[in-house]
Amino acid sequence: MTAPKLRLATVWLGGCSGCHMSLLDLDEWLIELAARVELVFSPIADTKRFPESVDLALVEGAIANEEHLALITLVRRRSRVLLSLGDCAVTGNVTALRNPLGTAASILQQIYVDHGDPRGHVPTGSAIVPALLDRVLPVHAVVPVDCFLPGCPPPAPRIRAVLEALLAGEPPPATPEMIRFG
Amino acid sequence: MDRTELHAIAERELASRAPVRIHCCMAAGCQATGAAELRSRLDTALAEAGLAGRAEVVPVGCLSLCGHGPLVSIVPDGPLYASVRPDDAPAIVAALQGAPCAVRQVDRNAPFFARQRPVVLRASGSFDPERIEEYIAVGGYQALATVLHDLSPAEVIEQITRSGLRGRGGAGYPTGLKWATVAKSAAPPGDGPRKFVVCNGDEGDPGAFMDRSILESNPHLVLEGMAIAAYAVGASQGYLYVRGEYPLAIQRLTKAISQARKYGLLGAQIFESGFDFRVEIRVGAGAFVCGEETALIASIEGRRGQPRPRPPYPAESGLWGCPTLINNVETFANVAPIIQHGPEWFAAIGTATSKGTKVFALTGNVRNTGLIEVPMGMTLREIVEELGGGTPDGSPVKAVQTGGPSGGCIPAARFDTPVDYESLAAAGSIMGSGGMVVMDATTNMVEIARYYMEFCRDESCGKCIPCRVGTVQMHRLLSGIASGHGSAADLAQLEQLSQLLRETSLCGLGQSAPNPVLSTLHYFRDEYEACLAASKDPG
Amino acid sequence: MAAKTLTIDGTLVSAREGESILEAAREAGITIPTLCHLDGLSEVGACRLCLVELTGSRRLQPACLTPVAEGMEVRTSTERLREHRRAIVELLFAERGHVCAVCVASGACELQDLAARLGVTHVRYDYLAPACTVDISHPRFGIDHHRCVLCTRCVRACDEVEGVHTWDVAGRGTAARVITDLHVPWGQATSCTSCGKCLHACPTGAIFQRGSSVAELKRDPGVIALVVAARKERW
Repeated sequence: MTAPKLRLATVWLGGCSGCHMSLLDLDEWLIELAARVELVFSPIADTKRFPESVDLALVEGAIANEEHLALITLVRRRSRVLLSLGDCAVTGNVTALRNPLGTAASILQQIYVDHGDPRGHVPTGSAIVPALLDRVLPVHAVVPVDCFLPGCPPPAPRIRAVLEALLAGEPPPATPEMIRFG
Repeated sequence: MDRTELHAIAERELASRAPVRIHCCMAAGCQATGAAELRSRLDTALAEAGLAGRAEVVPVGCLSLCGHGPLVSIVPDGPLYASVRPDDAPAIVAALQGAPCAVRQVDRNAPFFARQRPVVLRASGSFDPERIEEYIAVGGYQALATVLHDLSPAEVIEQITRSGLRGRGGAGYPTGLKWATVAKSAAPPGDGPRKFVVCNGDEGDPGAFMDRSILESNPHLVLEGMAIAAYAVGASQGYLYVRGEYPLAIQRLTKAISQARKYGLLGAQIFESGFDFRVEIRVGAGAFVCGEETALIASIEGRRGQPRPRPPYPAESGLWGCPTLINNVETFANVAPIIQHGPEWFAAIGTATSKGTKVFALTGNVRNTGLIEVPMGMTLREIVEELGGGTPDGSPVKAVQTGGPSGGCIPAARFDTPVDYESLAAAGSIMGSGGMVVMDATTNMVEIARYYMEFCRDESCGKCIPCRVGTVQMHRLLSGIASGHGSAADLAQLEQLSQLLRETSLCGLGQSAPNPVLSTLHYFRDEYEACLAASKDPG
Repeated sequence: MAAKTLTIDGTLVSAREGESILEAAREAGITIPTLCHLDGLSEVGACRLCLVELTGSRRLQPACLTPVAEGMEVRTSTERLREHRRAIVELLFAERGHVCAVCVASGACELQDLAARLGVTHVRYDYLAPACTVDISHPRFGIDHHRCVLCTRCVRACDEVEGVHTWDVAGRGTAARVITDLHVPWGQATSCTSCGKCLHACPTGAIFQRGSSVAELKRDPGVIALVVAARKERW
């Protein structure tokens, strides 16, 4: 009898999806990975709801809007191990570059009116686009995070090394090459 | 100038005095509550009463009970009036002639006065600090004369060492040892003065005004101490570093220096000896960190006022790389009395390890706010309950904060702690420069810690990373906890940062910045936990 | 010159009298992390990363400023020191806006290297995210204050090596900034000789060559020591 497959989820919050591209760069190792995990939630899979009892959630992106906030809370509640994947999740990174510019309202005003169309207005009333948070936060500033894999994006070999360690139930490697920002 | 002349000046001065003196406190505290107008109204009232010649109004230094100013003292043997309004002037003058007087009087035999042991403040409030003749009349510059005529530099250092005097700036380093180090440090070759004496008057702890009051009330006492120190260590140039926020002290010091020079008590060949000593004032520009000696040196040199790592200590390499003696205002103010009365007299006051007296600025939730000088070893309870009279509404005192942003809060349960360097350190605080803030039950200790951290954050010079950024992070954590948004993780991080700042900051400001946090965490952890329990973001 | 024998991390090391612990360790192949230190410049002991433990000393001492002594026992990498160093680097990342992904210096940045070497996987502290200025008034160079760590290496290189003192520090606490001349835009700082030493001295991407993009920064911090050594030989 084979061991039950580990339930893996990948989550895409406020980021450019480069970390997911890097994940896909694992190429044929993905096939090996597929043999050992069941991908239960991912932007590259057709799932709409974050399921219960996830063993490992890889989270890309910072917490930038209300939807991210709601989703990360759910992810944390339903996942045994949460890994911040890439600089946006780990530090806020590019997504957080707006933080020095002010609150959400002030930034929208700057973008749509001050530096955009002086006769324009800030879009309102849409239920489709989630409201921005006043401050972009790294994931661990919102929920507890179990491990961190910085990099923008983290190169595929780093992702593989970390996944291999986690699949083997070992702590992820933390050598300088493995944890570099940028 | 010689000793005979000094005595002649004193006698002339005493002979010229009116039989009755109305001492009107003109220190900054009383001036802030209207002493200047009161003084002129007293003058007018005297003239109108036809008492000119029989009584005189004398502007004097601090009369101690600062919280109840303006203060007026009738000498000899007259009452001490408190909270005097300018309109009270005629009544006070009339009282000199036996009229009943309704102006509030303070009992000089009350513990606040009776339990003090003035050494540094002995003459404070008994003469006009803007007239050197008055200082000479109360025995001023006799110690300097004695030193220059009768003692070798080594003997002076020996006396200071024997007195057991320790630095009054807060750290309590043995003064004699410091002087000896400067004396034996070789001055580098070069022109001009190659050894310096510096008086640190950059007092900045919130609630502390000991040095300001000494400088305002008795500037010559400090100058005399500096001159004696200069003779002992072989320096010919001194600097008095005073914070810019003390304009009255600067004005009186400037006057004092020029008067002393006129009498040959500063400058070349003092008391007709071979000893030269010149003093210049350097005014600080509002940075607390310049009270740290290496930052103070940088500031005097005209550079950005920020500290540098020690060693080398200023005693070996200070101003412009020359051996430099830096002592605090109160330390210098103790020198002349020690020389005058002898080291044994001084050493008999205080405890085994902390000799002499300490001046404290007693403030906060206390009935008698003011400047006190007590023998080392008096307990906090005696100071707060007896001299201070407890809280104004009679409710129990909760804690006292000593040592300012570098110090800690000591709870009422530890009020049997005697004020000496070691006991205060053992209680989780420090002697510090003398700020003593009394707190009652309404004081939130987390808020107190937050306040002091804000102070340190604002005063961090920015040179070293732990202090520059650590104080900002600690202040955020404390604000979060105090405002009901803290978590247990925040508290853990606060403790981690406390350790970091203590162990890695470059200078005393950063190293001691966590002390208010650590001491309140130690004694009042329940208040932090209550904040966490009520938190809206428990994490 | 007399030799001094000391132990660094349990290894017996021989050093020249007057040498710092930092130099002695480096010669023995032991790397102590630094940031405000740069070969050829005076030491300021400001970054606190090179703090080491000395037997018999209660206080941690900066290796850059502590001379070797006979019989000294130095520990450069205890758990306490490693934890303090991580915390200091994290505090720096939290202080301004260090975004390696969009920085000219990525790949050639001492702060980025320190984080990786010291095991900084993430920053525990709140990001302060201040709005800083970017000064590109100089025709060749620019300074992005988001990336400045206030090590003052530019200040010292300009003062001690170029002999100009265009750079200095203004303000205090986290509001402190390196400035040119009397706080005028760099392009208007008439004392600046445009020698570029500040660029070589800068450990991060704060001072950069205009026109360089992400990870394109070319510089050689060793040039400062080279100039200093060459002058010593000649004069």
